[in-house]
Amino acid sequence: MSVAASLRLFARNRLAAAGGVLLVVVVVIALLAPVLPLADPYAQDTANKFLRPFSDGHLLGTDHLGRDILSRLIWGTRLSLVVGLVASFGAAFFGSTIGIVAGYFGGRVDNWLMRGIDMLMAFPYILLALAIVAALGPGLVNALIAVSVVNIPFFARNIRGVTVTLAHKEFVDAARLAGMTDLRIMTSEILPNVLPVIVIAMSTTVGWMILETAGLSFLGLGSQPPVADLGSMLGEGRNALITDPHASIIPGLMIFVIVMSVNLMGDGIRDALDPRLRSGALTRPMARTTVDRDSVPEPPADPALLDLQDLRTEFRVGKRTLKALSGVTLQVRAGECLGLIGESGSGKSVTALSVMGLVASPPGVIAGGAVRYAGQEVLGAPFSELRKLRGDRISYIFQDPLATLHPLFTVGDQIVEAIQSHHAVPRAEARARALALLEAVRIPNADRRMDDFPHELSGGMRQRVGIAMALVNEPDLIIADEPTTALDVTVQAQILALLDDLRRERDVAILFITHDFGVVAQLCDRIAVMYAGRIVETGPTAEILAAPAHPYTRRLIACVPELGGGRRELHAIPGLPPAVDDLPDGCAFAPRCDKATEACRRGEIALEGFGPSRALRCLHPEIAPEEARA
Amino acid sequence: MTDTLRIRDLDKRFGGGRGLLGFGKEKPSVHAVQSASLDVARGQTLGIVGESGCGKSTLARMIVGLLPPSAGTIEIEGVNYAERAGRDPAAFGKVIQYVFQDPLSSLNPRKTIRQILEAPLKRLHRMPAEQRAARIAEILDAVNLRPEFLDRYPHEFSGGQAQRIGIARALAAAPRILVLDEPVSALDVSVQAQVLNLLSQLREEFDLTYLFISHDLAVVEAVADRVAVMYFGAIVELAPAREIFARPRHHYTALLARSAPVVGRPLAAPEAADAELPDPLNPPPGCAFARRCPAATEICHRTKPPLEDHGTGHHAACHHPAR
Repeated sequence: MSVAASLRLFARNRLAAAGGVLLVVVVVIALLAPVLPLADPYAQDTANKFLRPFSDGHLLGTDHLGRDILSRLIWGTRLSLVVGLVASFGAAFFGSTIGIVAGYFGGRVDNWLMRGIDMLMAFPYILLALAIVAALGPGLVNALIAVSVVNIPFFARNIRGVTVTLAHKEFVDAARLAGMTDLRIMTSEILPNVLPVIVIAMSTTVGWMILETAGLSFLGLGSQPPVADLGSMLGEGRNALITDPHASIIPGLMIFVIVMSVNLMGDGIRDALDPRLRSGALTRPMARTTVDRDSVPEPPADPALLDLQDLRTEFRVGKRTLKALSGVTLQVRAGECLGLIGESGSGKSVTALSVMGLVASPPGVIAGGAVRYAGQEVLGAPFSELRKLRGDRISYIFQDPLATLHPLFTVGDQIVEAIQSHHAVPRAEARARALALLEAVRIPNADRRMDDFPHELSGGMRQRVGIAMALVNEPDLIIADEPTTALDVTVQAQILALLDDLRRERDVAILFITHDFGVVAQLCDRIAVMYAGRIVETGPTAEILAAPAHPYTRRLIACVPELGGGRRELHAIPGLPPAVDDLPDGCAFAPRCDKATEACRRGEIALEGFGPSRALRCLHPEIAPEEARA
Repeated sequence: MTDTLRIRDLDKRFGGGRGLLGFGKEKPSVHAVQSASLDVARGQTLGIVGESGCGKSTLARMIVGLLPPSAGTIEIEGVNYAERAGRDPAAFGKVIQYVFQDPLSSLNPRKTIRQILEAPLKRLHRMPAEQRAARIAEILDAVNLRPEFLDRYPHEFSGGQAQRIGIARALAAAPRILVLDEPVSALDVSVQAQVLNLLSQLREEFDLTYLFISHDLAVVEAVADRVAVMYFGAIVELAPAREIFARPRHHYTALLARSAPVVGRPLAAPEAADAELPDPLNPPPGCAFARRCPAATEICHRTKPPLEDHGTGHHAACHHPAR
């Protein structure tokens, strides 16, 4: 997150850049006011009042006292800008201080401070500003204080929200243990992290504060004659609006120009600084992943239920291309459970999502290969076809059911919706089917649980609901992406046993994605091991676990500590998996492999048959092909 | 051998208290940790095992002084620190440090690694600049990180590297005890082993005592000398590591051991589907595990079993211990 990158992002936003340029021009002119050859803004000449613009010696004409409007405009702009900026710094300083203190300490401090802020907010803000000015007396400084105070709640609430999340981060605990005092933690740990939010809040409110100050001056409560800011110029010109409109239109236009350029620039700053927007949160993902491939592979000789052929999924972010999948080929047969195993970043989840075109696009692109469901190509099919398959023939179970279930609907309603979106059945019938499913996934008191919201269920129960939803239309294939990783071991054991029973009862195939060898060993018929976006070894579970052929598989299995081994040194694989935007030539595991030779680092190494039922992508297998049997 | 860490009857209740102005009805409270007592001898590793919500992290946060206990004592090398908990974290910081579960969220994203590692040296030990540089170089070498990493920011590191930085920060304070809260559960298995092996080297090198918290029984077994099992806020079993999983006395420990997925063991649900944790706001009077326990009898639902020695330092809180 560099300054240069933020600047580039800002410049890419044309409108914001235009606003920035305009604002710079205005600010430079205002700054240069003392050295510009301007008339005296206070010199009255009642004989020449209300001269039109472009008259001799008065480029923008004169006002009701014959004062030069151009000069007053520039000096007034200067004043308005200073007041707006100072007011917003004041509001930002006090508001952020209150917000950080309230958010950091929490509890009673938070309660008192925020109730105070709430009281401030309970008054309509213009009324509050008027009351403050009335109490302090009219004058620019008092108007500035009023505008500042009125805007404190906005900063305090914003910053408090951010601070609350930060104050519970582990690095704050670590700072405490490193001997830092609360004051130091707030200034050196919290503040740098909320600073972007403060800047964003300021950039979006400066314009607003300039307007509010102008408003108070317009009412005669801000700057006092003869000194004029833009608001009081507007106020003075108002009396002659019909006869001499230029006296009020010119300052009005100036206010418009300043506020608009500030706001445009503020939006640009916000977009450039906000990490969520930077990563493209505003670019709405499309309903399916973009497909951009040169050719479609020939259908396989013996089509299975699901065939992935040389699937290549990429993420195109700016100039970089992250090759998440570089040619994944696998088959899931009807009623079979295939375990797809790999470490984080190996591409196993992307594989799962690519099957039904669920990879977020942009930035995801399927750059090659094919997905065939029962022989029929899915990626090139019309969206309506794909939508019919999703959730009906092929369904998903995700890792975190709390994130995938809608928090505002009861679980019963969500299951009913899943049925009705694919099949026209009456609601009562759909509800009966939902109940039967909840009973099938062994949720106790299913009829009562139907009307519970997701947050009322425990993690294990929620995942059962997730499974029930996946089963709802009697799919042929369930893609389960780490469905038990977020659960406790005792709950995990229950869920795995349930999945195993269900797949046998209902004859449904499962593509089970996990990083846990213990889990695949218990559940899966076959496994496929992934590394850096490729399948490196595949075959029957028992054979691979008993005699792994790829060095990566062997060493990964050795890393897993097993219960009953006692206290010991564990096996580790030195080094790290390669970055997917910089994959080495040849075997991606070669840099970490103790058997790697020159040949491993060149060209493409193919996934080839190994023994009767296995396939392997390695030049120096751990075992001979004849041994590749359990 | 003296005990480096000795805690007695450590208790934590959350909630309770009253409204904003200090009066009104008392709010419901949760008894998160119930009179935990533990001893850890110098140079040993005590594993703490339990599922989410069992109170293991609350216990750990009390031991390092981040959370004031409701009752009980925390003695570190003979000095009681319980009074200072929650008020003077720096006093704790010099003798005990914490390694967090999520390596990335435990490092301030806006500070360089050098700034992160310098904080404890500056604040806890008031070390002058040139001594700091030497000490940081030494620690960085101990955790196998290259010196050029010092001027980078946390987001430039992988999980395994970030966890080493977290460990380095803890070591920089020169503590006697490290509390490791799920230090490897966010890491991939191949990296997990690297970090675990590093931890065991460091224990020897810096003469440290560890409190190792994890939900993964196999990991705990591989690193711990003794293991405490927690359930619903209480320690239910405490025994030498090789004893506890080979011959568990408490039925909950046995269930945990049976539930861990193991290569070559057929899949079977170890218990019925409606087995759930009791409601913390309304705890049962007897043994908290009784409703899930195959050996439960009437007494289990009535009286809470005490943690008793069942021979050779094997403690279990059970009326009907397994044989």
